[in-house]
Amino acid sequence: MTWLVPVQITPRFRKTCNLVLTFTPVQNLPPHDYEAALRMAGLKAAAYLGELARDVSPNEVKTFETLPIMEGAKKYPDLPRVGYVQMLQSQGLLHDTYVYGVDMKKSITTLINPTEIFDGAIISGNCVSACDKNTTYHHQNNPVILDLFEEHGKTLNFVGMIITNENVFLADKERSSDWTAKLAEYLSLDGVIISQEGFGNPDTDLIMNCKKVEQKGIKTVIITDEYAGRDGTSQSLADVDASADAVVTGGNANEVITLPKLDKIIGSLDCVDKMAGGFENNVLSDGSIVVELQAIIGATNELGFNRLSAR
Amino acid sequence: MVKEIERAGIPVVHICTVTPISMTVGANRIVPAVAIPYPLGNPNLTLEQEKQIRKKILDTALEALSTEVDGQTIFEVKW
Amino acid sequence: MAKVRVVHYINQFYAGIGGEEAAGHVAELREGALGPGAAFTVAFGEEAEITHTIICGDSYFNENVDVAKEAVLNFISQTKPDLFIAGPAFNAGRYGVACGTICEAVAEKFGIPVITGMYAENPGADMFKEKIYIVSTKNSAAGMRDAVPKMVKLALKMVKEDRIGASIEEGYIPNSRRVNFFDQERGSKRAVNMLLAKMAEKPFTTEFPMPDFDRVAPNIPIKDISSATIALVTSGGIVPKGNPDRIESSSASKYGEYDITNVMDLTEATYETAHGGYDPVYANQDSDRVLPVDVLREFEKDKKIGKLHHKFYTTTGNGTSVKKSQEFALEFSHKLINDGVQAVILTST
Repeated sequence: MTWLVPVQITPRFRKTCNLVLTFTPVQNLPPHDYEAALRMAGLKAAAYLGELARDVSPNEVKTFETLPIMEGAKKYPDLPRVGYVQMLQSQGLLHDTYVYGVDMKKSITTLINPTEIFDGAIISGNCVSACDKNTTYHHQNNPVILDLFEEHGKTLNFVGMIITNENVFLADKERSSDWTAKLAEYLSLDGVIISQEGFGNPDTDLIMNCKKVEQKGIKTVIITDEYAGRDGTSQSLADVDASADAVVTGGNANEVITLPKLDKIIGSLDCVDKMAGGFENNVLSDGSIVVELQAIIGATNELGFNRLSAR
Repeated sequence: MVKEIERAGIPVVHICTVTPISMTVGANRIVPAVAIPYPLGNPNLTLEQEKQIRKKILDTALEALSTEVDGQTIFEVKW
Repeated sequence: MAKVRVVHYINQFYAGIGGEEAAGHVAELREGALGPGAAFTVAFGEEAEITHTIICGDSYFNENVDVAKEAVLNFISQTKPDLFIAGPAFNAGRYGVACGTICEAVAEKFGIPVITGMYAENPGADMFKEKIYIVSTKNSAAGMRDAVPKMVKLALKMVKEDRIGASIEEGYIPNSRRVNFFDQERGSKRAVNMLLAKMAEKPFTTEFPMPDFDRVAPNIPIKDISSATIALVTSGGIVPKGNPDRIESSSASKYGEYDITNVMDLTEATYETAHGGYDPVYANQDSDRVLPVDVLREFEKDKKIGKLHHKFYTTTGNGTSVKKSQEFALEFSHKLINDGVQAVILTST
């Protein structure tokens, strides 16, 4: 029995018109090449479709403002200065992110304008585990940026954005988090929201970012998700610190759900028992599929895209 | 797992890249590894060079197992 | 549909017997509802009824726990309820501890749903919140009107075996079991609001309180490593090629035990990784990068170690819960001890 109806898990995608591409790789295609081919094909298809809308008039026009530092400080002298630190997955095959085409694992923590994200500056190259990976769609509709803009000029001054990575070397984690804290201080921020991507060893990047920013006297709120085991009693994060006292969670990714049998499947069910969140014989005789929330893309999104949470 | 092995009475050394997690979960003897996908190796080097890396890390691990510690200790590899 | 049979436990004060001077009141069983039982009866409506009330003095219970417990459990045997409720105790410490103790005992012996209510700071709350549901109440009997409907709603859900939601939805005192639910706002909005409150030094509640970690004392070092038997364990998911036991790429439900007698080196043809949380290419090319069998075999030859144990233990650390990994390690640690292994090298990715 399941309380979590699949359409509730990623409600946005039930409303979008989704074009699904399926591929057949040539024999013995090395995995890195396979991934790159799929990613490029997706981008080409997106560019082709986007081109069709070039001259369409929008239904709604919203204006976003990111002022140069001095102007912004003059315009909003009494509002708290807030920044957004976005952590990006950068751990290799099916765990990468690209910023203007640059592999984020090769980048130093840096500044970017929030609206550049809407324009597609950040492209996803990752989907494992699916639940807390940001698709390019999530990036272009980043809810932290949208909600900060909503308050900009009213309750806070949304000064700007810092992007940082989650590399596989300890020295990189130290360097990237040192830079995050340094830039936050340089921008004279009063507070930051830090969103994670992924879990496990990136929990260390998250906690390092949080600790070091707090040590500068800047208040943090972190957005993460949890791996608390199927019964919810296991420790949710691999790394913790007392200074992480303001946490928003996207939910426990280990919760087990049942996907009902569907009449049509686009693509294949081949890897459903091997993918992260799946397990042996999880396709039942009646055609339904038992998986952890982990297997569903966007389910526990750490940009705070969803209303799912846990206590 | 490290803590349970220790709790069972077997001295254990944890070779891992993200030493802060090892510290958080309570390992007592910790040796830092090279990188997450290849803790005891480096695909950019030759096999012989990789084996040298493995040797150095494992020597440090053996040293850790032979050393008295009174709390969590990171044994740095002497490159 | 038969009405759910309920037995209600209260103390001497709520039974109208007396205050402190009556706290030594011996446990007794009465028919029907008494004291706050009336409010519960109204809230239960047609669905349930309090068939009996058990009264026990708070001092009597706490000073004679075993005798009092046994008496109450006997009453339960006699009355055969479908549901047991205690209190609510609000901020009364002895009463809270008594309610918690007796609820736990009833649940353990009879397997029926149990529920009580307390103020979060009642000592009974911390003692029992992990074992039973405790509805969060105000700190005095003025909170009865608020507590009773919450207790009834949750109790009936338990009886019907409905899914019990998160503490914030159901009104019970939060414990360490994490439960998913849908909040009113999306996460990003909750984060913005939380930050505004934190910067203004206004109160806010974190959605995930940081845990404490227990520590284990280090074992004494190996005196002579050159004669020691060392075993390899890994969370990097190294398995024989083909992953014969189908260890999962994430959230492993099992660990593997594999024999490496006469295996001097792990090759691309013979071993691979099942772990889905890191780029697997390098471990698949040469699993020695994660499980260093090749060099340990050389150490054996060079007499740097006595012996590499002929079995290794493996699971995938990716998203596998701490509890599960603890279970695995507990099990295979026994095997290691029985096999005379003196030390372990555990590798992680």
